[in-house]
Amino acid sequence: MLRFWGPLRSPVSFSVSSVQSIMSKRKVKDAALPVGECITQVQKILRERLCHQQLPEKPEGLEAQHKHLLELLKRTAVHGESNSVLIVGPRGAGKTMLLKCVLRDLLEETEAQKNLLQVHLNGLLQTDDRIALKEITRQLHLENVVGDKVFGSFAENLAFLLEALKKGDRSSSRPVLFVLDEFDLFAHHKNQTLLYNLFDVSQSAQAPIAVVGITCRLDVLELLEKRVKSRFSHRQIHLLSSLTSTQYLERVQTQLSLPDHFPDGQFAQDWNDSIKTLCRDKSVGEILQRHFNSSKDFRSLHMLLMLCLSRVSVAKPTIKPIDVQEASRVCFADATANMLRGLSILELCLIIAMKHLNDVYEGEPFNLQMVHNEFKKFLQRKSNSMYNFERPVIMKAFEHLQELELIRPVDGSSAKTQREYRLMRLMLDHSQIVEALQKYPQCPTEVKQWGMSAFG
Amino acid sequence: KSHISFVMVCYEEQANLILFLQPQQYSYPSIFIYGHRASGKSHVMQVLFKELELPHATVSCVECVSVASLFEHVLLSFFGYEAASLLPRSPSLSDFVRIYRQQCSRSPAKQTRYIVMEKSELLRDADANLLPALLRLQELVEDNITVILLSEISWDKFRPNTGCFEPLLLHFPDYSKVELQQILSLDRNPSYSAEFYSSYINILLGVFYSVCRDLRELRHLAALNFSKFCEPLAEGKVKETDTHKLWRNIEPHLKKAMQTVYLREVSSHQWEQMQQMEKEADNCLFFPLPKGLSAHTHVELPYYSKFLLIAAYLASYNPARTDKRFFLKHHGKIRKTHFQKKNEKASNHLLGPKPFPLDRLLAIFYSVVDSRVAPTASIFSQISSLVTLQLLTQVSHDDQLDAPKYKCAVPLDFICAISRTVNFDIVKYLYDFLQ
Repeated sequence: MLRFWGPLRSPVSFSVSSVQSIMSKRKVKDAALPVGECITQVQKILRERLCHQQLPEKPEGLEAQHKHLLELLKRTAVHGESNSVLIVGPRGAGKTMLLKCVLRDLLEETEAQKNLLQVHLNGLLQTDDRIALKEITRQLHLENVVGDKVFGSFAENLAFLLEALKKGDRSSSRPVLFVLDEFDLFAHHKNQTLLYNLFDVSQSAQAPIAVVGITCRLDVLELLEKRVKSRFSHRQIHLLSSLTSTQYLERVQTQLSLPDHFPDGQFAQDWNDSIKTLCRDKSVGEILQRHFNSSKDFRSLHMLLMLCLSRVSVAKPTIKPIDVQEASRVCFADATANMLRGLSILELCLIIAMKHLNDVYEGEPFNLQMVHNEFKKFLQRKSNSMYNFERPVIMKAFEHLQELELIRPVDGSSAKTQREYRLMRLMLDHSQIVEALQKYPQCPTEVKQWGMSAFG
Repeated sequence: KSHISFVMVCYEEQANLILFLQPQQYSYPSIFIYGHRASGKSHVMQVLFKELELPHATVSCVECVSVASLFEHVLLSFFGYEAASLLPRSPSLSDFVRIYRQQCSRSPAKQTRYIVMEKSELLRDADANLLPALLRLQELVEDNITVILLSEISWDKFRPNTGCFEPLLLHFPDYSKVELQQILSLDRNPSYSAEFYSSYINILLGVFYSVCRDLRELRHLAALNFSKFCEPLAEGKVKETDTHKLWRNIEPHLKKAMQTVYLREVSSHQWEQMQQMEKEADNCLFFPLPKGLSAHTHVELPYYSKFLLIAAYLASYNPARTDKRFFLKHHGKIRKTHFQKKNEKASNHLLGPKPFPLDRLLAIFYSVVDSRVAPTASIFSQISSLVTLQLLTQVSHDDQLDAPKYKCAVPLDFICAISRTVNFDIVKYLYDFLQ
């Protein structure tokens, strides 16, 4: 739903002009910092924080993991020890953030900075070992050495790389850090050749490498082959959120607060005060508690805050509790209910008929013929023939429902059976239908009654 | 500016999206926009990007049969021709991200770059890693880029097994009846007054609104039928203000349109021709309706093929235990009670055709054909040609020669028409219609 703009709900010309006014005000140099300029700065800082996943000063609540990983990587970078580690945690728990923070802190040391080579791979991009190998060669800047061999066979490439790694030893060669994002996807490669070779190098006295895997699957070790598993050090860092709701609330406040180096000190002060009062507001607290109950991860929180932030403009330079409410409404909006509201009366009637069929025959699949029959029974009881449609019209409505995936064929490849006899299942809940009926704009009374009645 | 506000009647709320987009700033990595067909998803995007002159690439997932064309299109619209030519022959996502980064470091984004994917439900059928990668493209290419997915289906049906970066969900609400009326009244004919056209739209919505809310469809229907609506006016029979007479004139016409043009039974060209003919043959009471598409389903079949099809229909829709009573000469008495037990659920005309073996088909065939027919090769070849015509379907593929099973795939009115041509009363032999 986009109806969350509250006070901004006004003709388009206004919204366009307001954007343009923001744009034009941006060009004014910060002499006295007008409100428009401040707002632009606020948007810039906060959006970078919320959307671009800007690194925080210190990873909050992950100090132990941070220390562990930093120590480990330091041992590789400085002392040339080979290591392997997996960072495991649910989506949005800050795995990449942790690793990036560690790398940032690690590279502050000159020795590490001088020594360490980094290779970043992502399971989404490097979908097989050949691509991954090319990428490794590229990131290690070896293409010049191998020349056209990069595009030679996989085996050649691997042999070359392995030889390059083997030739080195702990004292002379530079350590390499391999970061495998979406590690579980690498485990789906054929024979897990890449993983085997990486772990093998890390186990034997060859060039010092550290393999850091990032994954969201808790059972990732079960995916590994036995020989690969035995070469892995079984060192895992779990990022399981142990956040309490008060910490969550604090997090909201810190995320929305402006830093000290904001150009206009007075504005920053006012903004931070307004955020403080916002977080103390009772209704906001309730909403945040609800979000906390449904998920602890920060990404969904960022989404909420982003929606709040987008309602800040020159005309309204603070976040009000009503903004949080509206944003939360957008986050929690039921997509199916939204779609059901836009159906035509005929399609709604068909869905009611399906609901009754589901009730009577206890969830058995149905076909168009049965739905039509049920609909006809309804029409017979009602004397007025307002909805007496031809069969092909009903068929068209039925197929539209199928396109929207509100109903789904039982077996995928039923091209052979005729359209009216293809068995379908309703993908909607009983309560969803009832709710849709109540919210449907200008729903005819008899249809509503028919929908609410227990049996047909 | 005025142009935007003119085009976007009823899009006010959606147009507020630009406040959200804020092109100079970092934007959310991925936005998922859903809404019904023709609720202005693509249109709003197009107008916004064009008017605000933002760098964007609009990709329709229907056109992108391979990911290569998707990558090429994106690179082409952001970095020009040279960048697109850097892609190797069958590029992987890795190649795309590498080239994108390369180009991006040369020309960093001053504004957010947008990739708009239309019909994004088709992305689910592409490689499993394409959708998750697109959703976190901002992180992968380290550029200020936002991917906007447009779809008719809600996000719940997109989510991959192992999860992904959750996009921001936005809903484009569908038009209410009033809004539809407003939009449709925009493209009025300049030779008539605005009230006249809007009363026409009102009547049109009165007929079609309960069936169809698709703006494009309604607009098409409005354009097709307007000339008919104006007819009495041109003849001077009624005045513009005489709404009731105009309604009396157009309403049956629109109802007919629902059964023909709306279902694409007749094409819009044919429909216009029909209106023309109607006008000319005004005095004559009967004029031939051009046949719709489904009227052409009547096929000319050989004599035995007709009976084979009838036999197949009877075998498909009658339970095997009643065969003896229907087709044997000396079957004894039909016990009424036996037939009265059938309940509605068991009716085969509700559940669809049942498969039957070849033997049963032949047995029924010999009993319904009056003359003696030899089981020649031609009879059997006619059965297989009925299968190729898709009037019959072969059910199990495991055995081609020994005891194959078939299903009859024709509707009731079709078989009734066939049996009328050979003077066979099929309804008398159907178990479901037994009195």
